[in-house]
Amino acid sequence: MQRYSGFGLVKHALDHHENWQRIWRNPKPKDHYDVIIVGGGGHGLATAYYLAKEHGITNVAVIEKGFLGGGNTGRNTTIVRSNYLWDEAAHLYEHAMKLWEGLSQDLNYNVMFSQRGVLNLGHNLQDMRDIQRRVNANRLNGIDSEVLDTQGVQEIVPHMDCSPNTRYPVLGASWQPRAGVARHDAVAWGFARAADAMGVDLIQQTEVVDLIVEDGGIVGVETKQHGTIKAGKVGCVVAGNSGVLAKMGGFRLPLESHPLQALVSEPIKPILDTVVMSNAVHGYVSQSDKGDLVIGAGIDGYNGYGQRGSYPTIEHTLQAIVELFPIFSRVRMNRQWGGIVDTCPDACPILSKTPVENLFFNCGWGTGGFKATPGSGHVFAASLAKGEMHPLAAPFSIDRFHTGALVDEHGAAGVAH
Amino acid sequence: MLHIYCPYCEEHREEEEFHAKGEAHIARPADPDNTTDTEWGDYLYFRKNPRGLHHEMWVHALGCRKFFNVTRHTVTYEILETYKMGEQPTQGADA
Amino acid sequence: MSQKFRLTDGGRIDRDQPVRFTYRGKRYKGFKGDTLASAMLANGQNLVGRSFKYGRPRGIMAAGADEPNAILQLGATEATQVPNVRATQQEVFEGLVSDPVAGWPSVDFDLKSIAGTLGGKLMPVGFYYKTFMWPAKLWMTYEKFIRKAAGLGRSPLENDPDQYDKMNQYCDLLVVGAGPAGLMAALTAAKAGRRVILADEQAEMGGSLLSSDQQIDGQPAMQWAESVLADLSAMANVTLLPRATATGYHDHNFVTVVERRTEHLADQAPKGQVRNRLHRVRAGQVMLCTGAHERPLVYGNNDLPGCMVAGAVSTYIHRYAVRPGQVLALCTANDYGYQAAIDWHRAGGQVSVICDTRDNPTGELFQQAKALGISIKTGHGIVDVIGSKSVRGVVIAELADQGRRARPRTENVVADCVATSGGFSPVVHLSAHLGQKPIWNPDVLGFVPNPDCGLLSAGGVQGHYELDAVLSGATQAVAAAFDCSPIAVPAVATRHIDAPMGMFLIPHPAGTSQAPKQFVDYQNDVTASGIQLACREGFESIEHVKRYTALGFGTDQGKLSNINGVAIAAQAQGKSIADTGTTMFRPNYTPVAFGAVVGRDVGELFDPKRYTAMQPWHQANGAAFEDVGQWKRPWYFPKAGESMHDAVNREAKAVRTSVGILDASTLGKIDVQGPGAREFMNRVYTNGWAKLDVGKCRYGLMCGEDGMLFDDGVTACLGDNHFLMTTTTGGAARVYEWLELWAQTEWPDLEVYFNTVTDHWATCTISGPNARKVLEKVTDLDVSNEHFKFMDWKAAEVAGVPGRIFRISFTGETSFEINVPAHYGLHVWQALIDAGQEYDITPYGTETMHVLRAEKGFIIAGQDTDGSVHPYDLGMGWAVGMKKPFSFIGKRGMQRQDCVRENRKQLVGLKTKDPKFVLEEGAQAVFDTQAQIPMPMVGHVTSSYWSPNCERSIAMGVIKGGLTRMGESVFFPQKDGRVIEAEICSPVFFDPEGERQNG
Repeated sequence: MQRYSGFGLVKHALDHHENWQRIWRNPKPKDHYDVIIVGGGGHGLATAYYLAKEHGITNVAVIEKGFLGGGNTGRNTTIVRSNYLWDEAAHLYEHAMKLWEGLSQDLNYNVMFSQRGVLNLGHNLQDMRDIQRRVNANRLNGIDSEVLDTQGVQEIVPHMDCSPNTRYPVLGASWQPRAGVARHDAVAWGFARAADAMGVDLIQQTEVVDLIVEDGGIVGVETKQHGTIKAGKVGCVVAGNSGVLAKMGGFRLPLESHPLQALVSEPIKPILDTVVMSNAVHGYVSQSDKGDLVIGAGIDGYNGYGQRGSYPTIEHTLQAIVELFPIFSRVRMNRQWGGIVDTCPDACPILSKTPVENLFFNCGWGTGGFKATPGSGHVFAASLAKGEMHPLAAPFSIDRFHTGALVDEHGAAGVAH
Repeated sequence: MLHIYCPYCEEHREEEEFHAKGEAHIARPADPDNTTDTEWGDYLYFRKNPRGLHHEMWVHALGCRKFFNVTRHTVTYEILETYKMGEQPTQGADA
Repeated sequence: MSQKFRLTDGGRIDRDQPVRFTYRGKRYKGFKGDTLASAMLANGQNLVGRSFKYGRPRGIMAAGADEPNAILQLGATEATQVPNVRATQQEVFEGLVSDPVAGWPSVDFDLKSIAGTLGGKLMPVGFYYKTFMWPAKLWMTYEKFIRKAAGLGRSPLENDPDQYDKMNQYCDLLVVGAGPAGLMAALTAAKAGRRVILADEQAEMGGSLLSSDQQIDGQPAMQWAESVLADLSAMANVTLLPRATATGYHDHNFVTVVERRTEHLADQAPKGQVRNRLHRVRAGQVMLCTGAHERPLVYGNNDLPGCMVAGAVSTYIHRYAVRPGQVLALCTANDYGYQAAIDWHRAGGQVSVICDTRDNPTGELFQQAKALGISIKTGHGIVDVIGSKSVRGVVIAELADQGRRARPRTENVVADCVATSGGFSPVVHLSAHLGQKPIWNPDVLGFVPNPDCGLLSAGGVQGHYELDAVLSGATQAVAAAFDCSPIAVPAVATRHIDAPMGMFLIPHPAGTSQAPKQFVDYQNDVTASGIQLACREGFESIEHVKRYTALGFGTDQGKLSNINGVAIAAQAQGKSIADTGTTMFRPNYTPVAFGAVVGRDVGELFDPKRYTAMQPWHQANGAAFEDVGQWKRPWYFPKAGESMHDAVNREAKAVRTSVGILDASTLGKIDVQGPGAREFMNRVYTNGWAKLDVGKCRYGLMCGEDGMLFDDGVTACLGDNHFLMTTTTGGAARVYEWLELWAQTEWPDLEVYFNTVTDHWATCTISGPNARKVLEKVTDLDVSNEHFKFMDWKAAEVAGVPGRIFRISFTGETSFEINVPAHYGLHVWQALIDAGQEYDITPYGTETMHVLRAEKGFIIAGQDTDGSVHPYDLGMGWAVGMKKPFSFIGKRGMQRQDCVRENRKQLVGLKTKDPKFVLEEGAQAVFDTQAQIPMPMVGHVTSSYWSPNCERSIAMGVIKGGLTRMGESVFFPQKDGRVIEAEICSPVFFDPEGERQNG
C-alpha cells in the first residue's frame, strides 16, 4: 500500500499526479475463500479489515452488489456517539468509539472524525429523567457524558432558541464531548484500501443470488455475475437487505426494512459547531465541514426498499429544526435522500450465528449503524475468526427474540440516533 | 407520499390520514399457553419483510378508524389492491 | 450611460421602470424585468465570486437554474438575509442589496487564490483524505480552518419575519414547464375539459420562446405563446402558476411545487402576503416539459469571468437586451451553438471566431453565420483562455483523431466573451426522483427520461429541439394519455439541423494532467484532471467519482457539469456513457427555503396545545405548567414568594390534612360498549372483569403481547355492556388504536365499540380527609361511606350539573373524581373551590400528585416502567388473572424464559440512610461500591421525592432481585465521588394498611 503523507503529496504534485496508485485492486474472484463477507458497506469492509489485521485471515472476499460504501454508509448523517443506556449497547458502542479515536492513523486515511460533541435534548420532565438515567449509567460505564441545564445547552449552541417561549422548551440535554461526526465515504474507502492492501479481494458489482447450504452448513454463495464462489464461512452484513439474504438461507429475521430519510441545506458559513439531536421534536442536525446543515429525519412507518420515503416526514423534520433554530427559516434545503434501515424490535443490532452452520449475520442496526462501524467490524471479525460470538457481540444474538432477553434501547433512543 | 384507497370510505386519501401497521395476516396462535418460546417469539417479532409484494395492514386513523389490508410493492411502492379485514388478497405470492 | 452593456433597444425589460439595486455596497441601475444577473452584466459587473477551493475569480455562466457561479447573499437587513441566491433567477427590485459570498479579504483580491495558485498542485482531488493526519490531535484545529474556508453565504442571525403557507392541490394533469411543449400540452388537456395546473419556474411563461427569434404561425413565437396563455387563463379548469418550481416528484404522482410569491417584490413579504407557497399537488398525470440545459464545453481556464454557455448569451441579448462584451469567441459541437454568434453579430458585436469541433458542418445556422461573414474554424476547439480576472482572448487548436487530440500548434484570438455549446442535457431530474435512472440516448447525446418513470414528457426533455417536433409531440402525448383529440399544431418552419458531435472535454495539446485547469463542476472546483485522477485511483463507479471529487454536489446539483463529468469518467475508463450512467437525481430540483417546507407549523402552531376546561382558573391562580404530551397541565400552584419545593410541600400536606383538588381531565377516557365489551376487557387487561358489577370500578394493567406493561388505569362498569376506561394522559391515543386493532383484526366476533371521550368530560378530583364534606355541599347524593364505598361510582348532580362521581384514589386519601361534561368543568371546579373554602381547599398540580402517589407506592406507567417491565416485576402479580379462561394479551409473553428468570429488576421502595438526602431520579444502583468502572449496575431510581408527610426522602426504583432483598442495602455512586446508601423496602411509605382511602 502506498502510504499517504505530506511528503508524498509534494512528490506526486511534481509528477502532475499521474503516478498515484490505485486505492484498491479490482480482482477476479477466486474459487474459494476462507471467509466471504456479503456486503461492502462500512461494517462489511471493517469486518474484512480486522479479519486480516487482527486474525491473519487474508483469504477473504467482500462481495458487493453495487459500489463500496454505496448503501447506508454513504447515506447517513454520520453521527458517532456511544452514550447508550443499556450496558450491552453502551459497551459495544464505546468499543467502537475507542477505535474511532485512532482510526485515521490506523488506516492511514483521514476519515475526518470530528469530536465536536453531541447534545441529546430534553423537552419535558420525563425526557430529563431519561437523560439523567442514561448519563448516570454512562458515567458508571466509563463513558463521558453529562447532564446540562438550559443555560448549559445555550452556551454550546448559541443560535438555538432555548427560550421558554417555544412549544416544547429545551429543559436540558445530555452532552457527550467525545462524540461527533465523521466523513462517511472516507470510512468505507479507508477500510477498503487497508483491507485490500492485506490481500482481501473486494468484488464490486456482484450480486449474491443464493446462499449454498449443504448438510446444514454454508459452503459458498451463488453470484449473478461470477457464478459459485465457495467459502468456509460467510458473514452477511447487508443492512436493509438482510431479510432477503436470510430467506436464501431458509430462515427469517426479526427485522423490518424501513425508509429513513435525510437532507442537507445549501452550504453556509460555520454556525453550528456541534451535533444537536432531539427525540421529542424529532430532528437532528449538524453542520458538515463543507457547510451544509446535515439533517436526519424520522423513520417512515411502512416497509420499504425504495431508498426513499414520504414527504410529510421531511416536512415534520424541518418543522422541528426551524422550531429549534428559527433563524434557519431562510436557509434553503438542497437535497433529500433515503436509505433502507433494518430495524429490530428493541432498536439494537443482531450480531449472531444463524440456524445455518458457519453462516453469521451482522444486521439490524436500524437508524444507528454508522457510529458502530469499526466496533461492529472488530467484534464480528473476531466472531467469524473464532467461530464463537465475541463477548461484546454475544448479547445481540437472534435467540434473544425467543427468550425475551431484549436490549430495549427504544425507551432511551427513540427515533434519533 | 402514498395515495391510499380506503376500502371502507371508498376513496383515495393522502397517506397522512393513515398509519402503517406492519405485516398483515399474522394470526394470533389459537392456544398461546401451549406454544413454545420459539413459536411465541416468531409470532411476536419475526416478519417476512419481503423485497417485493407485501401484504400489510394500515389503519385509517384520521378517517374512519378502520383497519384494512394493502398489497403493496416495497420497492416501487405501487399499491396493487386494498381489501377489508377478513378478506384475502388476490395479488402476490400468498394470494 | 451607466448600463454600458445594455443594448439601445429590444428585450423584455421595462425601460420605463428603472430599478436601483446594490452589489458590494455600490448602487447600480437596472430595469424591471431584469434578473439580478442581467442587471449586473448590463453594468459590467461580472466578478460574482471566488471559487471554493482555489479562490479563483468567477463570473456569470448561464441565465437560469443551471447557473453555478453567481451565488449571492441577499438582504438589506439581518432578518431578511438569504444565503446562496442564484442571481440568474432573482428578479431585481427596488432596494435589492446583494453581496458575493466568497472572497477574503474581498472578491477582488482573495488570499485563497494565492494558495490556489501556489498550492493548487498540492490539492489534487481527495487530498484531504490523504493528509491532515499528523499529529492526530491536530485534526480538530485543521478542521476549524477547513470549515472557515468552506460554506457559501451565511444564515441570518435574526428570526424570519415572513410567513409561508401550503395548498393541497388536485388536478388531472400537472404540466411542469411552460415553454412551447408545456403550453401545447396544457392547452390540449384543458380543451378536453381536464383540470390542469401549469407551473413554470420563471416570472414569465414561454420558456425558450422568450429568447427565440423563430416564428410560429408567421408571427414572432412569443405572440403565439401569449395568445395560448390568454386562452388558458380564461379557462376555469386551468391554474397557471408562474414563479413556481416543481422541486420534487414523489410517489403516486405527488409533486411539490414551490411558488415564490414575493421574492421579486422586496426583501420582506408585503404585509398580508406569504413569501412562498408550497403547493402539494396530487396529480392524475404529471408531464415534464422542462426542456434542456445547454452544456458548456470543458477547456483550459474555462472559468474566467466572461466564459459563458452559448444559449445564455442569446438569452441575455434577446430577453434582457444585454450583450455582455464586445468581441465574442464561440466554440460549438452542434448547430445550435451558432445562434449565439448570430445574435451577437446582429446585436452589433464582433465575433472573432467560431470553432466548430466538427469537420464538415452544413446546417442552416452554420450557413447563416457564414453568410454574416463570421470566421468559422471547423475541426477546431478552444483549448485555453487568456486573462487574469476577465477574458482577454482564447487559444484555439486544430483537433485530430475525431476530436480526441489537439494538435500542438495553437493560435491566439482576441475576445472578451467566450461562449460554448457542447449540446443539451434534458432536464430529466423529476423523472428520476423515484429511482428510475434516465437512459442515454446516443442520437441526441443526452440522458432522457426512463420510459418506466411514470411521467409523461415532451419537447427538449425528450431530446427534441426543433419547434415542429416539440409542439406536435406535446399535443400527441397528452392526447394519448387522456384519450382525447390532439389540437392543431401551428405552422413552424422546418430547419436543416446536422447531427451534433459527442464532444465534452476539448483536448489540450499538453494532455489533461498538464493542461491549465479545465473545470467541469465550477462550484466545487472539480477539474477534468481531477476526474481522471479519481478513475486512475480506482474510483470506477460514477457514484464513487462523484463522491470522491464532489462532482455535482453543489447547490446547482451539477446541472451544467454532470454529463461532462460522466463523459470524462467514461472516457478515462474506456467505457461508454451509457454503461457509465448518471448519478441519482434527488429532490429538490432547485433549493427551497426551509420556511417553505415548514409552512405555518412552527412557533405557536408547531404542535397543538391542549388545555382543560379549567385552564382560565389555573392561569388566574398562577399555576406553573408542565408539558405532558400535547397537554399543558398545572404542575404546581406557587403562592407569592414560594419556591416549587415550598409549594409542593404545602400542597401535599394539605391533601393529607384537609382537602386538595386536582384537575385530572387530561387522563384518557374511552367509552367501551357492546355485548362483547366485558369479554374484551378480560382479554386486553391482565386482571379479571367477569365479576365486576355495574356501579363498580377496577384498576387494570395493560400489557403488550410481550408481557410488558404499557398502560394502566381505572375502568368503571357503567352497564352490563358498558364500560368507561381511563388511560394515562400520554397513552390515550395509543391505547385507543390498540383496542381498535384487537377488536377489528383479531376478534371481530366480539361485538364491541369504542369512542374516545377524553375531551367530553372534565374531571375534578377532590382528595383528603375533608373531601367528603366538600362534596356533600355540592351534591344531594348520599356520599357517606356506607352508601358510597371505595371503588364505587355513582351518577349524580354536582353543582347543578349531571355527572358521574368515581370514588377512586391515587393519593391514598378519601377521594372523589367528579366527571362532568367539559363545558361545565370550570363551573363545577369553581363550585368545589367555593365549597371547600372553609376547609382551605388547596389546588395541587402534577408534582404533588406524583409525591402523594409515591408515598403510597402507586406507579406511573412510563416513569416507573420503560417497556422492559412486566406486572410481576412491579410486584403486582395480584393484578394478573393467570386463571382466566382466555389467554389474555401479555400472558404468554410474561412467561418467556427471560421473563421468569431469577434476579430480574423489580420495583421496590428505597430509603436513603440519610433521610434528608433525596436521590436523583435516574441514579444508578450498585451492590459493590469497590468495583472498577465499568461498574456492574443493578438498577436505577425511577421516582424520588421529598415527602413532607413522611418527613423524609422517599424513592422507588427497580433493583435486581429487589423483591427478595428487603432490608438490604444498595448504593448510589454520585458524580462528586460520594456514595449514597439506601435500604430496599416496600414502596408503600404512608398508611401501609390503606385505611385512609377507605375512610
